[in-house]
Amino acid sequence: MNFYPEFEVERNDSRCIRCRVCERQCANEVHWFDADGKVMLSDESKCVNCQRCVTLCPTRALKIVKSDCRLRENANYSDQTIKEIYRQAETGGVLLSSMGNPNPLPVYWDKILINASQVTNPPIDPLREPMETRVFLGKKPKHIRRNADGTLDTKLAPQLTLSMPVMFSAMSYGSISYNAHASLARAATALGIYYNTGEGGLHEDFYQYGKNTIVQVASGRFGVHKDYLEAGAAIEIKMGQGAKPGIGGHLPGTKAVGDVSKTRMIPEGSDAISPAPHHDIYSIEDLRQLVYSLKEATEYRLPVIVKVAAVHNIAAIASGIARSGADIIAIDGFRGGTGAAPTRIRDNVGIPIELALAAVDKRLRDEGIRNNVSIVCGGSIRSAADVVKAIALGADACYIATAACLAMGCHLCRSCHTGKCNWGIATQRPDLVKRLNPDIGSERLINLMNAWRHEIKELMGGMGINSIEALRGNRLMLRGVGLTGKELEILGISHAGE
Amino acid sequence: MKLDVSKMGFSEVNEQMRQTPDSEITLTGCIGQRFLAAGTGGKYVKISGIAGNALGAYLNGSVIETFGNAQDAVGDTMNEGEIIVHGNIGDAAGYAMRGGKIFVQGNAGYRAGIHMKAYQEKVPVMVIGGRTGSFLGEYQAGGIIIVLGQHTDGKPIVSNFPCTGMHGGKLFLRSDCEGIHFPHQVHHRAASPEELAEIRQYVREYCAHFGGDPDEILNAQFTLVTPDSGNPYKQMYVAN
Ligand code: SF4
Ligand code: SF4
Repeated sequence: MNFYPEFEVERNDSRCIRCRVCERQCANEVHWFDADGKVMLSDESKCVNCQRCVTLCPTRALKIVKSDCRLRENANYSDQTIKEIYRQAETGGVLLSSMGNPNPLPVYWDKILINASQVTNPPIDPLREPMETRVFLGKKPKHIRRNADGTLDTKLAPQLTLSMPVMFSAMSYGSISYNAHASLARAATALGIYYNTGEGGLHEDFYQYGKNTIVQVASGRFGVHKDYLEAGAAIEIKMGQGAKPGIGGHLPGTKAVGDVSKTRMIPEGSDAISPAPHHDIYSIEDLRQLVYSLKEATEYRLPVIVKVAAVHNIAAIASGIARSGADIIAIDGFRGGTGAAPTRIRDNVGIPIELALAAVDKRLRDEGIRNNVSIVCGGSIRSAADVVKAIALGADACYIATAACLAMGCHLCRSCHTGKCNWGIATQRPDLVKRLNPDIGSERLINLMNAWRHEIKELMGGMGINSIEALRGNRLMLRGVGLTGKELEILGISHAGE
Repeated sequence: MKLDVSKMGFSEVNEQMRQTPDSEITLTGCIGQRFLAAGTGGKYVKISGIAGNALGAYLNGSVIETFGNAQDAVGDTMNEGEIIVHGNIGDAAGYAMRGGKIFVQGNAGYRAGIHMKAYQEKVPVMVIGGRTGSFLGEYQAGGIIIVLGQHTDGKPIVSNFPCTGMHGGKLFLRSDCEGIHFPHQVHHRAASPEELAEIRQYVREYCAHFGGDPDEILNAQFTLVTPDSGNPYKQMYVAN
């Protein structure tokens, strides 16, 4: 069924100089030049509102606006709901979307406020005094151990050292471009943090960034071999992803081309299917087996991360993972991004990261096993304030991906699954990939992280805290606004004014 | 190196194997230690007793020969090398293996060859002498699985739901496969003599390990199963 396009292209003809930049820049082929009438025309039905043409139009002649031609208003059947039904009635297909859940579900970060010192316990000025933002991820010893001669046993389980409590989370080469990976790898190296290969293997050019790389092992085991496992600083077992808990991944054959197929080690053009489960994991005991097989294969030199989606019983799941031998648990909330996920799953499955994180931290403390693992949380960490709140709720560090994409130029048009990202990120088309210059991409990522680091220090200083370690799990620094008693109970925080 | 492992845990056994400069290693008294020789290359490991789960996981070129049964996840994600089992094996053998060969004298459990894949010159091969459990070749994306059906318990050569989600590679079953139900996205038919020629070499190797006459084994009906598309999910989605 044909419906009126969601967006309209507004071209101010008195400003348009017919330079045809928009035509060249739009991979969706919205714009073209009509030589007879000497005008630029457009087919807005193909527009995804990625703002590429708007940004590059030299005379600012273009605007993309939301169409006001709507179906008859209905609070129950929204335009979106109706159009989804039309699409499915036409094709019989499962709806596929990308990026994180855009629906107006609660964002608890925005209902949590941070403390500051007044009069007593004075604030600290980060420009004047040293502030520690470094964190170590991995198992921490429960007790001090001594050697036979009385000296301290300083042998620790393998750790990741982060200059600040933020890492770039998994995005596979295939779902994003070579230049996007290059930007992330270089930025992580310069910043002293880590980026994550995702489940698509590691391109041979990026082995040089191994010290700042986390390599992922997912159910499809693409590109997984001994050298790959040893190339990184940690291995992440992907059990789940916040945007699509309970289902696997699927890189369409059209994207498994050239170096992507080589890096995944699958033939060109064949679908890369990551089944929903790991077919050897049906229990925590089985998970333990995968954790230890990876540790054996890499001689216990690398910490193993187990990444799970935030789902209903997350606290019990995390408790199991903490006993599986894993060094780090990564929890991904339901607003986390994706290169492609079935719409229904993205929008309806999983729980908010804030609640999941608080529940997991509490459970592990209650059981006395919090030191068995570090906790990394992700799934829409949008700012330094979110990071500080997450740490105060119990995280050791945060994973960011959507924010990192935004830094590289993403405009959140949520069309990654088309493979025609006009910003050179979620695409393998060479003409589009080269729009993202890794020199600039990495610099912008470094800027973003440096800015966040300053903000984290300022927020910590305001609380009179000079080290991330002293903030972790420090829920007294948080207050809720407009939350129910139950929500406050789960978050483990008091209401503002209490 | 000769090692009696009957009183050792898996990490100690593996550590000793890593430390020794010897390329030939004999383990005796194996009592189910897991992950034996995981990730190793360039060794020949001979095992007597029963090897535990994940024998030769991520194997990178070593040859493992075990005289006894092996458990689950034999050759998990192996890349290169060979695993020879003089006995039966458990579930999920060769999960996601990309290269090398697994030879099993007897039967295999569930999900043998699950998500096996191939890439360029890397074509993994699994030869099972007897029968296999359900879900053989599930999600198979590449490589060759050969089941010789020399079991004597009268059960079918493969249990339920073989080849679910298969989208690459080949499966040879030494049987007419009558009564075996295959999913609609795969083709199954009698293998031609030319097609059988492709596996002659592997059957020969099997016989070299365990005895038997390759010609005799090959002189039987084989069913060849292949997927009809490398893109089984293409039509399933609509952009939203
Ligand atoms: S898809 Fe992007 S580049 Fe194309 S017209 Fe729309 S906003 Fe402009
Ligand atoms: S990565 Fe590209 S396609 Fe995906 S949301 Fe961002 S701009 Fe759009």
